[in-house]
Amino acid sequence: MSKSYKLAANDVNAWYGDFHAIKGINIALEEKAVTAFIGPSGCGKSTFLRLFNRMNDYIDGFRLEGEILLDQKNIYKKDVRVDELRKEVGMVFQKPNPFPKTIFENVVYGLRIQGVSKKKVLEETVERSLKQAALWEEVKDKLHKSALALSGGQQQRLCIARALAIEPTVLLMDEPASALDPISTTKIEDLIYELKNQYTIVIVTHNMQQAGRVSDHTAFFLSGELVEHSKTKTLFTSPKDKRTQNYITGRFG
Amino acid sequence: MPHIDIEIEKLKKKLMEMWDLVEFQLEQGREAMRKADPEISKEILKLGKKVNNYDVKIDRMCENFFALFTPVAVDLRTVLAILKINANLERIGDTAEGIAAFVKKLEGTLSPELIEKVQVEVMYDEALKMFDDCRAAFMYNDADLAKELIKRDHVLNKIYRKSDEIVVSYLEGEPDKIKEGLVLLSIIKKLERVGDQVSNIAEEIIFYKDAEIVKHKKNKEKR
Repeated sequence: MSKSYKLAANDVNAWYGDFHAIKGINIALEEKAVTAFIGPSGCGKSTFLRLFNRMNDYIDGFRLEGEILLDQKNIYKKDVRVDELRKEVGMVFQKPNPFPKTIFENVVYGLRIQGVSKKKVLEETVERSLKQAALWEEVKDKLHKSALALSGGQQQRLCIARALAIEPTVLLMDEPASALDPISTTKIEDLIYELKNQYTIVIVTHNMQQAGRVSDHTAFFLSGELVEHSKTKTLFTSPKDKRTQNYITGRFG
Repeated sequence: MPHIDIEIEKLKKKLMEMWDLVEFQLEQGREAMRKADPEISKEILKLGKKVNNYDVKIDRMCENFFALFTPVAVDLRTVLAILKINANLERIGDTAEGIAAFVKKLEGTLSPELIEKVQVEVMYDEALKMFDDCRAAFMYNDADLAKELIKRDHVLNKIYRKSDEIVVSYLEGEPDKIKEGLVLLSIIKKLERVGDQVSNIAEEIIFYKDAEIVKHKKNKEKR
């Protein structure tokens, strides 16, 4: 393989109790590129995404087989500390979830937990992260106001800034724009396009057009299986599997 | 720049590269005709392959763009226009190759007297100028220039319509030059096609800029 792979799954199966949610998935995700996971509700795409930063660990009855690799290292090995893993792998959720604190404190939250208290470091991190998240210009004069006063789209970019503040290498996004209006959505999408120069991004989306616009690669999931994974332009112009074709053209079921 | 604009710029850039190539073919066609040079003709014909590759590539890029960006409004019209302009450019390239193929049939340079009478060089220069202006209209989204181009097509049509009679009467006096006369008429016919193809492109520019449909209108209505 000539391209470098940041994340990979080898023969991964996962269960919630008796429910077999992920069925024998093998996949490798390219570094500094955007991969979109698409598929109908309940197909396992979010479950699969959450495996990459061990978000399923504390769910009762959850069981995993196979390997999830970050930089060729199995992140489910006993010696891996989850808090260390999450410094590498940031996550952004569907609903913006800023803490009820100031904008500034939201961004530096991760650093404070790590024990960083130097004012200069914190200030620099806030500016860098907010700039990366394309929010700086809008909030630079009100950094010490409550984050909850921001609009939904701004809150979501703040959550992205918060994830970027701890300098991860991977960014997982679970429907990051589905609760936003079209203008905020475009901002998030343009942001993803910018960020992929520096980060490996995986995005789960119900919006097929969004997958088309932002991703380099797309993986289509169905009933816990990975049906097709290819370059986005290939998948959207000439999918190999009939099921993929039916899904993306809206002729499903 | 928003991502969608970056992608549209890529498409336009690719189209401009193809435009350069086709313009080169057309310009060389004029040289080949003037010197009756089969070597230049060969070069023009050889470039055809490259133009075809661009044609396929741009079609492909447009297809991907539609699939990935589901464009609307001006974005949609722009890419539809690029798709059609691409097809017309490819045909202008073919036309230049057609001219090259006719030049290869020439056994010597065209008679200066005949060239003067039928005004083929005037026609060729106007076709080249129209093609060049058409590029400017596209690059600067200049619908007014595009409309003007459609009107200028009549200059070529006029020379074309008169050419039969002029060549026939010339050949009556020079019966041994029948072959030369036929080649010249064929080239003139090709140049008349270039005018039509440039007009088609101009119509697409007006369409994407102003969402106005001017094709199939009578010339007088194309203001």
